[in-house]
Amino acid sequence: MDATGIGLWGVPLAILGGAIRVSTPFIFVSLGEAITERSGRINLGLEGTLVFGAMTAYAVAVMTNSPWLGLLAAAAAGLCFGLFHGWICKFPKVNDIAIGIALMLFGSGLAFFFGKPFIKPKAPNLPAIPFGAWSDIPQVQAALDVNVLFLIGAVLSLVLWWAFRNTRAGLIVRVVGDSSDAARAMGLNPNTVRLIATGVGGALAGIGGAYLSLYYPGSWTERISSGQGLMAVALVIFAHWNPLGCFAAALLFGGAGALGPALQSVGVTQGYYLFYAAPYILTLIIMIATSSPTRSLAGAPGELSITR
Amino acid sequence: MTNTVSSAEAPALLGAKGYPAALAWIARRAEAFVIPLAALVVGMALFSLFIALVGKSPVLLYETMWRGGFGSWFSIQNSLSRAAPLLLAALCVALPARLGLVVIGGEGAIVLGGVSAAAIGVALGGAPSFIVILAMGVAGLAAGGIWIGAVGALRHYRAVNETISSLLMAYIAIAVMNQLVEGPLRDPASLNKPSTQPLADIYRIGNIPGMEVHWGLAVGVVACVLSWVLIEKTRWGFAARIAGGNVRAAQVQGLAVGPLIVGFTALAGGFAGLAGMLEVAAVQGSANGSLAAGYGYTGILVAFLARHNPLAIIPVAILLGGIDASGGLIQRRMDLPDATVLVLQGMLFIVILLSETLYGRFKAFNPDLWRRAS
Repeated sequence: MDATGIGLWGVPLAILGGAIRVSTPFIFVSLGEAITERSGRINLGLEGTLVFGAMTAYAVAVMTNSPWLGLLAAAAAGLCFGLFHGWICKFPKVNDIAIGIALMLFGSGLAFFFGKPFIKPKAPNLPAIPFGAWSDIPQVQAALDVNVLFLIGAVLSLVLWWAFRNTRAGLIVRVVGDSSDAARAMGLNPNTVRLIATGVGGALAGIGGAYLSLYYPGSWTERISSGQGLMAVALVIFAHWNPLGCFAAALLFGGAGALGPALQSVGVTQGYYLFYAAPYILTLIIMIATSSPTRSLAGAPGELSITR
Repeated sequence: MTNTVSSAEAPALLGAKGYPAALAWIARRAEAFVIPLAALVVGMALFSLFIALVGKSPVLLYETMWRGGFGSWFSIQNSLSRAAPLLLAALCVALPARLGLVVIGGEGAIVLGGVSAAAIGVALGGAPSFIVILAMGVAGLAAGGIWIGAVGALRHYRAVNETISSLLMAYIAIAVMNQLVEGPLRDPASLNKPSTQPLADIYRIGNIPGMEVHWGLAVGVVACVLSWVLIEKTRWGFAARIAGGNVRAAQVQGLAVGPLIVGFTALAGGFAGLAGMLEVAAVQGSANGSLAAGYGYTGILVAFLARHNPLAIIPVAILLGGIDASGGLIQRRMDLPDATVLVLQGMLFIVILLSETLYGRFKAFNPDLWRRAS
């Protein structure tokens, strides 16, 4: 991208465009993780689900020539991973965090195993809506080319925010997440609710993966995800388990992730790798700033092992 | 009640019923061996099923795996060389685990340990070799120790989740390494693969006499034994185990939990940093992107398979080193992707974690229940 035409204005513009582009997988993974964590479980395996979703989406899109079928397949694959996590964690003495780490390895391994033949062929991409068509400047057009999944993610975060407060299902998930005993007293089975919540979370993470391979960066490689699934988990904590907060935090992270490429586009190459690490550093700083040894986080589900 | 206690103690005290007492002794300890071994077998069986489903022969696979990992003196040496960093990387998970912490970012400590060792090795060029090698070891230990010690400190003093922070710091460490290796520490002669300046031959760590395996294996085994002594036989290890069981109980007892956590995580990270130093001094000869080869992640699996027991880490690391070593052969002989080994590791990991639920469920391992039944 040549930004010389509009000078240094290219940097904030590229960051804005990057934030929209990079944040979409964060939005889906963090919304999925928010649902899972609200039910009192933590699924660190979403990183593996993301990679496997990316592979599935790409493979199906190559074979059927339809990105939407790919997206659907990725969601289904993510659902399976989530249900698997939810099922295993129901057994006593099984640690949900450790299972997540195992699924992270397993999901990536399976994705690389089956994804090998799909590294070469080209899959059709998910469509984007050119909101920047009014402008003559190519950088503005590039920045405002918004993928439909971003818009779906934005709507979804609103819907989830509303649903957690106002629907029966939302209340059930919150009760189970806050106290298994209270849920049992109400006649709910916490394991079933968590199974469903983890499954839905996995499906959303699969969609996030589909976005990676079918839109941005838009191809399937073994390095397609670099910890986005994991950062999303940290992001949920930072967002205090609030779907709207997840959306805002995902945008922030997307912007941080776009910092390196944006600076590179105007010719700043010094410290490229350190800018590349900006999202990780930002996540870490935010975690340090928002955690406290003396008080528990506002909005934290009571059954969540990570905050106990 | 009194009756059961005396009858339970009687055989051991009198020695008259030595045989049942010995049986009970064995049964109590057998659980920790039988369940992981059974899980390993089940995991391997599931993997056979997977391989059969993708249309390959599981028998041929395990035969190839055996040949590539342990079938000949050559392959055994290859496996042992790969086990060396795994021993240290697994300690980076196992030591904090005894305190109840799940640290999974050993890769970061390995990478930074390797880079600092390489930097020191080049900077001290000209000094006597044992001083330089010692300094490199200390640099690796210190870099890894600070990195993972910080994770422990953040955990205790700021309540930052150690699992996530350690993995984030691993990504940051790899970025720092890339920055250093491409920038200030880059050897201008390394064109295709940016590296630090190569170490002079006298500063390289050689092989154990009679083997094609570098000294890192011995260092790793010694580290495992020392860690076992530390955890099982010392006051600090005892305190750590109490804190791992129940932090509040430990604090009530007046144990200094903070220094304990920081100390154990720093030691754990130090071991991983040492693994990085050994990779540089014994294998690579310089620090470069190859340091992030995934040993830190395989080390997580080793530690969990060994149930965080430092002595058990030794055989498990050799086993997984062998599986790792056979990856290339599997790829060539059977036309399977290199990720086959990853899939196997993932399956083993899941089955091992699932087997945790079986502890205490079998009457055979609990002699107290034998008597109640009879």
